[in-house]
Amino acid sequence: MAAIEVSALEREYRSGFKAVDGIDLRVEPGEVYGFLGPNGAGKTTTVRMLVTLLRPTGGRATVAGHDVATEPQKVRRKIGVALQEAALDHLMTGRELMELQATLHGIPARSVADRAQDLIGRVGLSDAQDRRVGTYSGGMRRRLDLAMALIHAPEVLFLDEPTTGLDPTSRATLWDEVRRLKADGTTVFLTTQYLEEADQLADRVGIISAGKIVAEGTPQALKDEVGRPHLDLCFVGDADLPRAREVLAGFGEVRVDTVDGVDLSVGVLEGSRAIAPVIRALDEAGIVVGRVELVEPTLDDVFAAQTGSHLEGAATPAPTAI
Amino acid sequence: MGGPSFTARVVWALARRSIRGSLRRPQFLAPLVIFPSMFLAVNVGGLTRTTSLPGFPAVDGFLDFQLAAAITQSLLIGGVATGIATALEIEGGFFDRLVASPIPRTALVLGRLIATAVTSAGQITYFLIIGLIFGASVKGGIAGVAVVYLIGIIAGVGFGAIGQAIALRAKSASTVQGIFPLVLVVLFASSAFFPRELLSSPVDVVAKYNPLSYISDGMRNPIIDGVGSTSVLEGVASALLVVAAAGGVAVLALRGRLRDA
Repeated sequence: MAAIEVSALEREYRSGFKAVDGIDLRVEPGEVYGFLGPNGAGKTTTVRMLVTLLRPTGGRATVAGHDVATEPQKVRRKIGVALQEAALDHLMTGRELMELQATLHGIPARSVADRAQDLIGRVGLSDAQDRRVGTYSGGMRRRLDLAMALIHAPEVLFLDEPTTGLDPTSRATLWDEVRRLKADGTTVFLTTQYLEEADQLADRVGIISAGKIVAEGTPQALKDEVGRPHLDLCFVGDADLPRAREVLAGFGEVRVDTVDGVDLSVGVLEGSRAIAPVIRALDEAGIVVGRVELVEPTLDDVFAAQTGSHLEGAATPAPTAI
Repeated sequence: MGGPSFTARVVWALARRSIRGSLRRPQFLAPLVIFPSMFLAVNVGGLTRTTSLPGFPAVDGFLDFQLAAAITQSLLIGGVATGIATALEIEGGFFDRLVASPIPRTALVLGRLIATAVTSAGQITYFLIIGLIFGASVKGGIAGVAVVYLIGIIAGVGFGAIGQAIALRAKSASTVQGIFPLVLVVLFASSAFFPRELLSSPVDVVAKYNPLSYISDGMRNPIIDGVGSTSVLEGVASALLVVAAAGGVAVLALRGRLRDA
């Protein structure tokens, strides 16, 4: 049984606008599924339907084996939800919110305090637990939100853009927690607009644009579909470019590329493992390399290949410079 | 999970949270008593001689007569505050967190209404103490005080349900806040501040069908006379009517919100 199974799911508003337009996806138990797309692509609408906050207007979705439209209470018992913009009561303390959440999920009264303490400690908020949430930083609120979503050890965890607006340290802490959840076997449905986040955390990625899934697969497979890694090379002095092309031809397809001062580019299937042999071969041919960069396809390239536009915040892919 | 004991536990947990929230937001709690207190002071200070008008019921003082009006006014403002709190919860997303929890849907409405009942009891206590300090008395004694609490708390819950229903439909705190002047108009078109016999047409006709007239008269009678009159029964019945009607509308508004969200 799939943890999440979605078939022809739709959400059409009264205006006729389809925020989600017939998507299909399947997430296996224990999998981290990254749902990637720009703002307004339909990520949050999809999540809101899967967590029973929004009724689909078409299609079908099951979560943990239960239909979101006909068995919403059963779905709610099995899921944890951390929505966009950590929705917390700023007048309550962290501990009070954790204990309330435990009560809402039917955890026996005698276990509420222990369970709350356990998770508060796990997300590093022990010292702040008796402070009102209104005094927390953005990162602390996100961690508390995550802890609340985990209070009943859910089978499926939904994280809607959990790191948007967070500083790098808080982001890294949340990533570690997602990795730990994966190791524990929790299924995680993670929406994000950050390429790196999807790349780092997701076993598989679905890319959504204008309410439709335009690509799906493992991050590597998706990137492989749009191109191979290549090395951009700059030479020192008046290098013998024809000779260099001959040498590089033994490694892959060579093209002349004058962008950003690059002299030649060569496709390399092995990625970073090709750097040393390439430089050694050029050196043996008497050609001195001034700069070499490994440029790998990104999920943004996948998105661009499918939609013709780029994801927000996805500038030119960051190369590995040497 | 499930069943009446789980529902009761959840409702109480949500009620406790709402009560805590009110206590930690004094700027929301203060208007519930400050505005009606000022109104009470101005009325008692300037309109005392109206008690000698023909048709005015026999009272020891105008304060005795006005206490029920101040309590009714305070409870109405409490209803607006309940609506604003619900709307803020919707705006801030916390309401979604509650909806995504496996709790009975009615608990979402009941939790805050139980908190409103507790707040209402506090408001009634405040005005009774103020009244006693400034020389009013409750002719109906302990039983009279109990009747004031009974009608007041039921009415407070009803007004809270009206606030919730509006919040669930409007989803905006500023919209709920906007009904405040309307609340005052409805209150003035009742016998809360003056006996219906002294009101001119058409206000006297409106007051005759205005449940606020019966609610305030139901609380007033134990203060100025005793608990043995039909006003008390009419007050209880009117308060229950408001709870039933507004509670029903609030539940329908919740269902509508969950369907259309």
